[in-house]
Amino acid sequence: MPIETVIEISNLQTKFGLIHEGLNLKIQRGEIIALIGDSGAGKSMLMREIILLEKPSAGSIKVFGLDVWNLNDKQCLSLRRRWGVMFQQGALFSSLTVAENVAVPLREHTQLSKRLINEIVAFKIALVGLPASARDKYPAQLSGGMIKRAAVARALALDPEIVFLDEPTAGLDPIAALALDELIVRLKESLGLTVLIITHDLDSLWAASDRVAVLADKRIFAVTSIRELTQLDHPWLRKYFHGPRGRAVANKYKEINQI
Amino acid sequence: MLHCGGGMGELFKATLELSADTVRCSGNWTLNGISTLERQLEKFSWPQAIIFDGSAIQAMDSAGAWLLFRTQQALEKAGHSVVLQGFRHTDLLHLVKKYAVQSTTPPSSHNVLEKIGRNTCQAFNNLIDFLAFVGESFVVLLRALLSPSRIRWQALFANLYSAGFTALPIIGLLAFLTGVVLAYQGGSQLSQYGANIFIVDLVGITLLRELAPLLTAIIVAGRSGAAYTAQIGTMRVTDEIDALRTVGIAPMELLVLPKLLALIILMPLLSAFADIVGILGGMLIANFSFGVSVTDFLDRLPEAVSLTNYLVGIGKAPVFAAIIALVGCYQGFQVSGGADSVGKHVTVSVVQAIFLVIVVDALFSILFNWLGIGLINAH
Repeated sequence: MPIETVIEISNLQTKFGLIHEGLNLKIQRGEIIALIGDSGAGKSMLMREIILLEKPSAGSIKVFGLDVWNLNDKQCLSLRRRWGVMFQQGALFSSLTVAENVAVPLREHTQLSKRLINEIVAFKIALVGLPASARDKYPAQLSGGMIKRAAVARALALDPEIVFLDEPTAGLDPIAALALDELIVRLKESLGLTVLIITHDLDSLWAASDRVAVLADKRIFAVTSIRELTQLDHPWLRKYFHGPRGRAVANKYKEINQI
Repeated sequence: MLHCGGGMGELFKATLELSADTVRCSGNWTLNGISTLERQLEKFSWPQAIIFDGSAIQAMDSAGAWLLFRTQQALEKAGHSVVLQGFRHTDLLHLVKKYAVQSTTPPSSHNVLEKIGRNTCQAFNNLIDFLAFVGESFVVLLRALLSPSRIRWQALFANLYSAGFTALPIIGLLAFLTGVVLAYQGGSQLSQYGANIFIVDLVGITLLRELAPLLTAIIVAGRSGAAYTAQIGTMRVTDEIDALRTVGIAPMELLVLPKLLALIILMPLLSAFADIVGILGGMLIANFSFGVSVTDFLDRLPEAVSLTNYLVGIGKAPVFAAIIALVGCYQGFQVSGGADSVGKHVTVSVVQAIFLVIVVDALFSILFNWLGIGLINAH
């Protein structure tokens, strides 16, 4: 299959707080790309600029070849239907149950019957590994891990081509985090998704990412596989990967791969 | 891909075609494409043995795959034999099969009697809770008055400023306009009898005794009572109340007491302010429209309106204040869940506070009548 670029960011600038300067990034169809960087380096801001929530000061962001900040309302809407977003805190609608949350995009954007929508919702909720009993619960009744899964289910409601995940495993126990990493990989393989993950989780980088983009010094410093990234010589990366946590995780995955 | 007029053209709709035993599937089996197909499927007449041929399907997503799976299952259950061939989206079909679950059954709705019972119990529990909250607040208040070092002075002054000083313009304007309206309405009736000077009695007694404290209470309930509920409610949602407890600060002392004290201090002052501005409004109209000069008005005022009337009005204000502060704070603590709950409780807070203020005002009228603190006896 030819390599198709789905997101292309060129020469991006964000003047607000001088976050990005001359930032370039290309994301290909069907890959899981992880975005790492210091806290406050502008990872979430970059995501918000791609998904039309925050306007960059200069530069262009192209998704499916369309310059997202130069579209009319109709084009924006059809673009928004082609991606799904999971926010850091889940951002589920607190007045709706899990099932109703997942059904919102379907009710809004399709003409399907209520029965079919309910069935699709039930399938999506099962797909992200939530038990059937979670469907009629309100977000306030769910644990952190379940909220994240429900948020992934809502992001997947319209079968998007790109999924943006903001720190999907943050604050989860290792079992739930591992399950979520596996879920992301499985979804990518079975649904052919392109996934952009913002993460701090070293395990996720090794287990789930195809490539890692490093946001440092206001631009994307490197985009490459995690294995090659650990070999690069950069002060921030050295601290990131060669601290005690980074080494432990790296050794674990190197051993697993040898077996 | 071709787009017709921005939307998906008919060309891309998912379709079925029956020829002999083979059902040829084509088009886009996606969320956008299957809406008409779903309705067609119900009326389709199926042969006994069916072969689904999916080689002409252009695109498929999980919704389309689910619809196919659902149809296949229903047919097999009805005794048909079903074979799938030529489908390229095998991964997707496997995925749908793997996670196929019973579709949601709507939660059983309770019957009417059960609902009435539940609501009655809940209303009763709420009443008990509220009384407990009132009791606790007064214990805290008494303790604070006995040892004033417990009072959070900074929070108290912040509340005095935000609920009192900043409310002056709106209360002044509304009291002024109320005085104007009273003078106009009363004056036009009184002037028919040439009793223009009694405008003073009308405006003075109505405002000082009833309208000024009531008006102030309603505005404060809408402004500050709602704000208290929203503030405490949001703090509950974000666990800030629990955080206060863990660092050894009693939420009642930090959040409730300063608000309660501030409103009890403020309301008589705001009410007196409303008295003055309201009478000013009445005086102005009496002067310009009914020929009662400012001097006459001010001469008549002490004769017409006894001190008792003024004190009755001012005396009610702290009671209204306590109602507003307690209802506002109580509703804040009742918030659970999220943004939705905050909105609900803010509404309840304002409605309940105004309702209780008016009920208590009516009780005061009856009480004063019994005690003989009436209008006529006061002279």
